[in-house]
Amino acid sequence: MIHRECGVLKTSYGADMALYPLPIARWTVGAIGVLMFAVVPFTLHEYYLSIVNLVSIAVIGALGLNILVGYTGQISVGHGAFMSVGAYTAANFAVRLGWPFWAALPMGGLMAAAVGAVVGIPSLRIKGLYLAIATLAGQLIIEWTINHVTFISGGVQASIEVPRPALFGISIASQRQMYFFLLAFVVLAVVGTMNLMRSRVGRAFIAIRDHDIAAEIIGINIFRYKLLAFAISSFYAGVTGVLYTYYLGVANYEQFQINVSIDYLAMIIIGGLGSVLGSIFGAVFVTLLPIAIRYAMEAFGGLLFSEASVRNIIPNLRLILFGGLIIMFLVVEPEGLNRLWRNIRNYFRVWPFAY
Amino acid sequence: MAEDLGFFALLMSNGILIGLMYSLIALGFVLVYKATDAINFAQGEFVMIAGFVVVASLLAYKAPLWLAIVVGLGAMIGFGFGLERVMLRRLIGRPIIAVVMATIGLAAVLRGIGPLTWGADTKNLALPISDEPFVLGPLFVPPIQILGAAVSLAFLAAFGWFFLKSRKGIAMRAVADSQQVAMAMGINVERYFALAWAMTGVVSALGGVVWGSLLGVDVHLSLVGFKVFPVVILGGLDSVPGAILGGLIVGIVENVAAGYIDPYVGGGTKDFAPYVLMIVALMIRPYGIFGKRIIERV
Repeated sequence: MIHRECGVLKTSYGADMALYPLPIARWTVGAIGVLMFAVVPFTLHEYYLSIVNLVSIAVIGALGLNILVGYTGQISVGHGAFMSVGAYTAANFAVRLGWPFWAALPMGGLMAAAVGAVVGIPSLRIKGLYLAIATLAGQLIIEWTINHVTFISGGVQASIEVPRPALFGISIASQRQMYFFLLAFVVLAVVGTMNLMRSRVGRAFIAIRDHDIAAEIIGINIFRYKLLAFAISSFYAGVTGVLYTYYLGVANYEQFQINVSIDYLAMIIIGGLGSVLGSIFGAVFVTLLPIAIRYAMEAFGGLLFSEASVRNIIPNLRLILFGGLIIMFLVVEPEGLNRLWRNIRNYFRVWPFAY
Repeated sequence: MAEDLGFFALLMSNGILIGLMYSLIALGFVLVYKATDAINFAQGEFVMIAGFVVVASLLAYKAPLWLAIVVGLGAMIGFGFGLERVMLRRLIGRPIIAVVMATIGLAAVLRGIGPLTWGADTKNLALPISDEPFVLGPLFVPPIQILGAAVSLAFLAAFGWFFLKSRKGIAMRAVADSQQVAMAMGINVERYFALAWAMTGVVSALGGVVWGSLLGVDVHLSLVGFKVFPVVILGGLDSVPGAILGGLIVGIVENVAAGYIDPYVGGGTKDFAPYVLMIVALMIRPYGIFGKRIIERV
């Protein structure tokens, strides 16, 4: 049994701290890596790659939100706004000062982190529901500010066109180039989150989630770590916003409204709170859901309904399925797709035995 | 100067009337929070669905207005009971974020169902009252706002009486105070949870009629739900008088702010000012003006 764990036979700290202690896990990760880097980009059509790119962007945002909601136990209904902060910051730096992409990106992330930390300040006094409402206020206030302050939004349309990103002198124009570009960020975000959660900071986040008073008593500075969680999470959101802006070629506040915040919350709930793999599952699921609905309705909707009503049905059906899935997962499987995957995996881990 | 004063008075009177209509919707939110500790992020969508039901019975089935309102009330009461049974009862005892997210999900479902069932176009919910505003000196007061404010006040009074004097209202307060003790006293807690959701349905149905006739019934009607949060945070989440006072404050602040600031920033102050006020309130007095003060230090 190549993949059975049997006894603790680790003889070095390195082996104990390995991200993937089991050989089969290492092989799986390696295989996924080969698939993502070598097979997917050269076999899929550009259109499908553009969808994969959307998923990649969503994965980064979902990971960021999961750090805050899933690991630290805070709640944010304002992540769409943090993304817009990142997007507009990077767009302004890129257009007004002519900064290259690699310099504008961290600026966007840092600005979002700063704004996120400010919005997170109420989390020190208030919790749960109140925090949800406070971040909702943050979302609406940031949205309004970007929309109304022309210095930020660059005029009536509130949208700024950005140049194509360029790295090492190569302009990233095609979806295939974009794919590699975004995949690098996904790898960074995934590995970054996994390692963050194994570190002192990540453990402190989890302690705050599990019991904040107990965490305070064992010496965790709640003030600092809650703000840090907001900042890190918003940094991810800001980077997501920047990447999405470069993906679209334009920064537009309409891409970051309240429904985006809710989409991302749905991702981590459907995927699984407090889990990296869950964030990925959720991002894939929520991004593909509307596309799948559109395909299904365009293919079969015409059989049942007129064309005009199909156009009315698609967005509404998306909302219904989407909200319904959130409710269903919350009621039936609060740990999300990640839990379903673990159940399947654990079943096969000892297969053909019962345990 | 007199002109300025007149303008200010106009903004104030508008604010008071709109504020009372906010109070009506906020009341639904407060009812649920008071009795069940659940937060309803779908309050605006409740109002929208109620508006749709009333309009559909008026236009599609040519029902008389009183019947349409009765149908709307019945539908929303049934909806409240059913929702509690199917969804919220299973979430009792779960973390607060689960309830918050479940109602956000519910909001999405309702926003999809409304236009899907009844069409995406804006429907006119005409009440048999004139459109001509009353003119009192500098004040222009549309009758619909007066009606809305009157309905709000009547309901607030009725609920005040209900909670203070009636047997069911007292039982509901007991449930809100401590579910365990209420259970020990022989109160059927789950039934009062269901009752609270049904009462929210009633309030939402009337909110749907009043707001629907003011704004027209379409999916955007659910946006009034966003105004509920500043109202209840200012007034206190579990307080009926707080809902009135919060509604008045929000109504006045947004109208006055819009009147004086809008010309300089190009509109939108109405949606913005209440939230700034709310953030300030959250920092200084998160439990609101009349809210129950829960001291918990971390």
